[in-house]
Amino acid sequence: MGTALFELALTCYFAVTIIGIIGLFKGSKESSQLMLIVTGAGFLMHSASIVYRYVAAGHLPVTSMHEAASFFVWCIVLIFFFLEYRYKIGIMGSFILPIVFILMLSSSVLPREIRPLSPVLQSYWLGIHTFLAFLGNAAFAVAFGIGIMYLLQEHYLKSKHTHGLFKRLPSIQVLDEINYKMITLGFPLLTLAIISGALWAESAWGSYWRWDPKEVWSLITWFIYALILHIRLTAGWRGKRAAILSIIGFLIVLFTFFGVNLLSMKSLHSFS
Amino acid sequence: MKVLVIGLNHKTADVETREKIAFTGAKLEEGVFGLRKIPEVKEVALLSTCNRVEIYACVSDTAAAAENIKNFLASFHNLIRKDFEGSLYSHTESDAVRHVLRVASSLDSMVVGEPQILGQLKDVFDFALSKKTTGILLNKLFKKAISTAKRVRTETKIAENAVSISFAAVELAKKIFTDLSGKSFMLLGAGEMAELAARHLVNNGVKEVAVVNRTYERGCEMAGEFKGRAVRFEDFLHELALMDIIICSTGAPSYILVREQMNKVMKERKHRPVFIIDISVPRNIDPEINKIENVYLYDVDDLQEVIDSNILERQKEAEKGEQIINDEVENFLKWMSSLDSVPTIVALRQKAEAIKNEELEKFKVKCPDMSEDRLKAVEYLATAIVNKLIHPPTSALKEDAEDRDELIAMIKKLYGINGGNVEE
Repeated sequence: MGTALFELALTCYFAVTIIGIIGLFKGSKESSQLMLIVTGAGFLMHSASIVYRYVAAGHLPVTSMHEAASFFVWCIVLIFFFLEYRYKIGIMGSFILPIVFILMLSSSVLPREIRPLSPVLQSYWLGIHTFLAFLGNAAFAVAFGIGIMYLLQEHYLKSKHTHGLFKRLPSIQVLDEINYKMITLGFPLLTLAIISGALWAESAWGSYWRWDPKEVWSLITWFIYALILHIRLTAGWRGKRAAILSIIGFLIVLFTFFGVNLLSMKSLHSFS
Repeated sequence: MKVLVIGLNHKTADVETREKIAFTGAKLEEGVFGLRKIPEVKEVALLSTCNRVEIYACVSDTAAAAENIKNFLASFHNLIRKDFEGSLYSHTESDAVRHVLRVASSLDSMVVGEPQILGQLKDVFDFALSKKTTGILLNKLFKKAISTAKRVRTETKIAENAVSISFAAVELAKKIFTDLSGKSFMLLGAGEMAELAARHLVNNGVKEVAVVNRTYERGCEMAGEFKGRAVRFEDFLHELALMDIIICSTGAPSYILVREQMNKVMKERKHRPVFIIDISVPRNIDPEINKIENVYLYDVDDLQEVIDSNILERQKEAEKGEQIINDEVENFLKWMSSLDSVPTIVALRQKAEAIKNEELEKFKVKCPDMSEDRLKAVEYLATAIVNKLIHPPTSALKEDAEDRDELIAMIKKLYGINGGNVEE
């Protein structure tokens, strides 16, 4: 049942990715509406699959790579819907939903069995720490997609390519604004995630910080986004530079999320 | 009754010919009434704009009507017929219907998708209605043309892309700033195109307008017009950092703004984006400035390219418009042919009623003692029989069938109906 729901959600996300990519070349109001409806259906089934697993495992299902990636995707779609509701930029899905699909696909190929959680980790901190971390990183994922949209539109404006996709992309000002908002949302969430993680570590293992690879890379991520915010406010690094930085930032997020585990660095966050 | 369109437009006639054939001012009314007097012309309306003159008519004989209309044009405008005849086109029946719908939808316009023509056609219709020169057929045709034009407008993007310099400037500004309200704008210099673009920006809600002119007095004058403030030419560089949109159209022989100056300006405005439109020829703003981050510089050629690509886009949309026109022409022709059977249906019913009444009268004479109630019952019976008998032929006539003309002839023959041709 849970598996079926997950597969259905994956199928929906695949469908919207295809619709979204077609929309890049030949978009219409109807295609972006269809994209929203199918994403909505996928999101509902995805939510149900998470609830199903929550009930089966007895805690927020984020303790295997499969679960974590799935939950990460769920957070991205949540933010996507919020932005679509607030800004109504039909073409946005073409840039965000492929990320959603790729992450969901990587989740689907990872081992899915529910493993018992070690007793030291059984704490309310699990929900708080992971939810903050994933929602923060999801905001960075959206900032990444928006950053790509910004670079494209900026390129079109500069090179005076004023037809096709140019017409369907929103103004660079709105893209810069969303990009900035996503980072100002993600940054405090990541900060809180690191703090709550430290508190949890203290209660579980007796020390706040252990220079675990995941901790180190999270700290690097934190510094990158702190830098983006800082130079935007002080030196006026907005627009193109902010977009490029947010793209680099998210690549580091991805490395923190997958790379650290794949390179089998010994980590307290590795799920085995 | 057939629809006939005779006219000329920017594609078939040069300005000189169009001017000669045009019905301006009071001539319009005179022309319409003159055309109405042609015996074959039953309904008529007349459109006269700077790009086209067209006569829409409903006629009994297309060839004769066309002859007489052409002769009328020659005599009305004191022209020799062969001088303008080559520029005229004439469409009949389905081609005429299609032509009217295409004109209304602006698919036949010089700039495809420009909406003025629909308004002009509505005026023609209102005028014809007030003078009662049109009837059932042309009225329906005009209504169809207006509704089709609306369909084309909403279902295609034919009117969405800017095709003038000033609209293109606003369209681009919206791709940089989304919302122009709250933005400040500087008009550097003067000139028709620049002022038109400035007016569009003001209409789109720019918050602050600064006008710079070499002669300060002229600047003040224009500032009043745009509800802005005048800035002395010597001071414009100091104000530049405050401006989000700049339109430049001075007559300077060389660059008045170069890259180093703009670099400083950008630093001062913390790299917030700025949109510069240089309409001047020769250019007044160093094109190198476009290479600075967050500066978007467009010159007159760039804008022209935007317009050219927009026109191409409109033409693509026009193809979708033609599909809609096809549908609507078909609808109209269906309605028109259904009109053919109406007189026959009416005649059939009249004939049946007449027979019924005649026989009832005879019956009353034969049976004078019949009570009121009984008589009513007999009348009821007669009516029921008549209705039942004429129902199948009536509904056969109403049906949209290929062989309707034959059917009409056959029913007329079978029931002995004479006449019943469409007359108004």
